Amino acid sequence: MRAAVIQFPGSNCDRDMAVALDKVSGHNKPTQMIWHKESALPEGLDVIAIPGGFSFGDYLRCGAIAARSPIMRSVVDFANKGGFVLGVCNGFQVLTESGLLPGALMRNAQLKFICKDVELEVASTDSVFTSHYTKGQKITVPVAHHEGNYNADANTLKALKDQDRVAFRYTNNPNGAMDDIAGILSENRRVLGMMPHPERLNDPLLGGMDGNPLFESMAAALVSA
Amino acid sequence: MKARVHVTLKPGVLDPQGAAVRHSLGSLGFEGVEKVRQGKVIELELAETDKDKATKTVTDMCEKLLANTVIENYSVEIL
Repeated sequence: MRAAVIQFPGSNCDRDMAVALDKVSGHNKPTQMIWHKESALPEGLDVIAIPGGFSFGDYLRCGAIAARSPIMRSVVDFANKGGFVLGVCNGFQVLTESGLLPGALMRNAQLKFICKDVELEVASTDSVFTSHYTKGQKITVPVAHHEGNYNADANTLKALKDQDRVAFRYTNNPNGAMDDIAGILSENRRVLGMMPHPERLNDPLLGGMDGNPLFESMAAALVSA
Repeated sequence: MKARVHVTLKPGVLDPQGAAVRHSLGSLGFEGVEKVRQGKVIELELAETDKDKATKTVTDMCEKLLANTVIENYSVEIL
């Protein structure tokens, strides 16, 4: 699997994401780090990860400035051509702001920054990101966000449900997200955005392995030459 | 030429910040505040001198960046 991580000023989970991807993709193909001012992507990538953090200080709206940076035009093209994109936390916010995923992430209903482990239910296993989980499986993954309150209009929510595009749901909604949504897939199922951080729980030394199947799913599906 | 953009949450979109401000006003003794909605004001100084062109450009800016039209409405005022 050839992976790349996009780095914005204020990204802070970029190295963790790269470590998680390297762990499954093999160190002979290290994850490439791409600065946001680059306009073109390296050839032959299988998947691009947009990491967590506070890109551009969350100015204007979370992810809004990052979504309009030069590299994101190439990421949108990559996704529109069928490329795989994973956005975690701030990365999810960037993906909704760039239009690759529907809806928006708003301030948490209780107005508090939430940093804790939460339980998720795997709602869909029909994607390269979730195939190594079982449907309905309960996993525990940390969240760390102030704007994770997923909001979308009724038609969008219906489409997400009807098309089995809700990847993860909170079992005990921490932030007010509509329909307990923690992560969603694009229509072609190749773009996943999620607020919880699978890259922070993929090693026993970090306290658990519940995030690792996500990366293993990707590596198994995206075997490159 | 100056332009002022008001960005507000769409009706029906939950505004927890507005709700917290309303609660705080109540605790200060301001009674009868039934609802508070919080938004933002963005002021721009433009080189453009044609009012219609400026309106069009700023509207384009709102669509592309200044507002997230999934959850926000905007209005453009040329001063």
